[in-house]
Amino acid sequence: MRLKLVPSETSIDFLRLRNPAIMFSGVLVAASVALFALVGLNLGIDFRGGILIEARHADGPADIGGIRSDLDQLGLGDISIQGFGSETDVLVRVQRQEGDEAAQIAAIRAITDALGSGYDIRRTEFVGPTVGAELAEKGILAVACALLAIMVYIWFRFEWQFSIAAILALAHDVLSTIGLFALTSFEFNLATVAAILTIAGYSINDTVVVFDRVRENLRRYKSYEQREILNMSLNETLSRTVMTSVTTLLALMAIVLFGGAVLRDFALAMMWGVLIGTYSSIFVAVGMLASFDLKRHLDEDDDPGAVTEDT
Amino acid sequence: MLKFEGWKKLIVILITVLGIVYAAPNLFSGDDDSVGGFLPGQKINLGLDLQGGSHLLLRVDMDVVAQERLEGVAETVRQEFRVRKIRFSGLDVSDDTVSVRLRKTDDSAAAMDIFRDFGRDFDVVDESPEFRIAFNDDGLTALRTQTIEQSMEIIRRRIDPDGTKEPVIQRQGADRILVQLPGVDDPEEVKRLLGRTAKLTFQLVDTTMSAQEALDRGRTPPGSVLLPGDGDDGQFYVVEKRVMVSGELLETAQASFDQNNRPSVSFTLNATGAKRFGRVTGANIGRPFAIILDGKVVSAPTIQSQIFGSGQITGTFTVAETNELALILRAGALPAPLIVMEERSIGPGLGADSVAAGQIAAVVGLVLVIVYMILSYGLFGLLADIALAVNVVLILGALSAIQATLTLPGIAGIVLTMGMAVDANVLVFERIREELRRGRSVMAAIEGGYSRAISTIIDSNLTTLFAALFLYIFGSGPIKGFAVTLSIGIATSLFTAVMVTRMLIIIWLERKRPRQLVL
Repeated sequence: MRLKLVPSETSIDFLRLRNPAIMFSGVLVAASVALFALVGLNLGIDFRGGILIEARHADGPADIGGIRSDLDQLGLGDISIQGFGSETDVLVRVQRQEGDEAAQIAAIRAITDALGSGYDIRRTEFVGPTVGAELAEKGILAVACALLAIMVYIWFRFEWQFSIAAILALAHDVLSTIGLFALTSFEFNLATVAAILTIAGYSINDTVVVFDRVRENLRRYKSYEQREILNMSLNETLSRTVMTSVTTLLALMAIVLFGGAVLRDFALAMMWGVLIGTYSSIFVAVGMLASFDLKRHLDEDDDPGAVTEDT
Repeated sequence: MLKFEGWKKLIVILITVLGIVYAAPNLFSGDDDSVGGFLPGQKINLGLDLQGGSHLLLRVDMDVVAQERLEGVAETVRQEFRVRKIRFSGLDVSDDTVSVRLRKTDDSAAAMDIFRDFGRDFDVVDESPEFRIAFNDDGLTALRTQTIEQSMEIIRRRIDPDGTKEPVIQRQGADRILVQLPGVDDPEEVKRLLGRTAKLTFQLVDTTMSAQEALDRGRTPPGSVLLPGDGDDGQFYVVEKRVMVSGELLETAQASFDQNNRPSVSFTLNATGAKRFGRVTGANIGRPFAIILDGKVVSAPTIQSQIFGSGQITGTFTVAETNELALILRAGALPAPLIVMEERSIGPGLGADSVAAGQIAAVVGLVLVIVYMILSYGLFGLLADIALAVNVVLILGALSAIQATLTLPGIAGIVLTMGMAVDANVLVFERIREELRRGRSVMAAIEGGYSRAISTIIDSNLTTLFAALFLYIFGSGPIKGFAVTLSIGIATSLFTAVMVTRMLIIIWLERKRPRQLVL
């Protein structure tokens, strides 16, 4: 007996949910943008500049309260101290110090001295303000260029309507992920940008699979209604969509559970990306596609590779 | 007819064997590369975040170098004018320009002769009787390149004096140097070693004016400067600008103790330095001279007798400081101060923990995916799992072969690829299921499944590759590592899904010739 999360043949009327889904997505994106604008992101030191130190207490749990009172005396401004992974480990974040780079280096030494010999310094990161601004610029550029390249590629391979629908779905995923980070105050750092780009890659992968089937069915069943064809394509690819999402989620779950504290946030963001990417391929990408008259445009297209109806 | 030609099988087997061979060295634990000596490959290059180490992005303070060079130009102008009896006023360095005013315009031609000797790196503006000398663009570029190259060489000598630590020292952009030092326990020590330029000079103390007098008047005699002492006592010295001997002329430097058993650094000058030092000290017996390190007077002993080849520097040093100072002096002075723009240091303990956690996550992820595939597709799932195993071996082999750096996000990339790698197989299998439902024969269903899924597979993998490409272009450090493993993963999973699984399925078909297929 096979494990089947989705029955072999489904005929769900996905497009019936088109309007509520588009409304939901609209609210989701609007809320994300609002959260981003009003609350903002909890930017990590990669982008904001500052100091991060990970320390492990030599014997027994770390005394976070003690560390806080010790470090507060240094007068370094905004300091955040939190447990990290296990109870012996702490993560100390210190805001960018007034003055030049030398002031930052001095602050690192002051913190490690204040922690004393009871703590083993496992990681020190310091990003100066100039580098932080550059990293932020590069991160934005990376996401923008990737989206653009994907859009152009889809345009080449499909029609412009597909390209627009795909990019809207993609923007939806990226924006709502950013919204999630604003909502949860998870740290937004370089790894997050990597996660977002991977989410984009995954989401577009999903969308392309569905679009491929739509294009094929449009050519194959010329007499069918467009709405029928879209629904049929979604149903035909549904079991693959679920299958791939589940395997990817399984792999990501392994990272969340066993991959260590550094990768956990990254993997969690990715899990969210898989879910939202799967949703958006079905409802946003195909939902937008439904607003175009695809058949008329397709008729002008004389693709020799078109699949003919089987007899 | 569904066929998998012999030469294709050969290619698949060849690539798989290559992957195994190149991945194999990673099975041997320990650092000893000779264990797997009979194998062609090396172990995967672990990133700093996995093996521990320091990553430092340094900026070379170019303004200081340009300023220094221009002051040198001004000093030469002063001396040459004196020798040729050209009278002048207002010799000054400001805004990256040396400006001077001649008393008599008749001297213009003679002055221009002197200026021309500075070479092509400088532009001279002749507004007789005023002259201005500044770097031109070529001069600045040359200065920059020279300064960066010198700095990189000095950095290498300071942090890796024995040539055993395999540091990465790279130029980045116009004025930056990236230093990556694996396996460093104490990044503070590295920063101390790079934190000073260690410009050592011996200059005569100007006895015509006391330091107090210079402080009160707010000026020094021409050709002299006021310098602070190294200690905390707030002492100042008036020192002649002319340098008797500088650090380049050092032969060696060693930590030692002076006659009062205080930590000190003893040094030996090379032949040129010894000759010059002997001449100046011989002519100035009884006068004090200043030992100046990075613009601070370490000590100012009186010249008792002519000194030649060697001497001792004693200040307020600890033994650890004299050891470091001796190392830095041996390595040579940095042409300009270095400013730390970015630092990421990972202790070896955290690196080892990350590797262990990454391995567990990878194994668990692999097992989960394998079980899920078998549950979903039975025999075909098992075949896809074999392809997945080949895929992982190929990723490891490729990473080892091109000596790419595996980072912590890179491990996440591999685990993620495992989840996504089966996607191509899933696409094919789902197609086969559809074809079977349409009542096709086993052969036709499998053939149709592959031929229909292939364009989808290529489209979807290419788009993911775009995302990886931009991660690589714009990412830095660990993120680049993630992009590399993701790209390799896409390539290998394309290969294993399209070639390996297909080959296995066809071999199975040829053996069993099944009339029915339940998928």
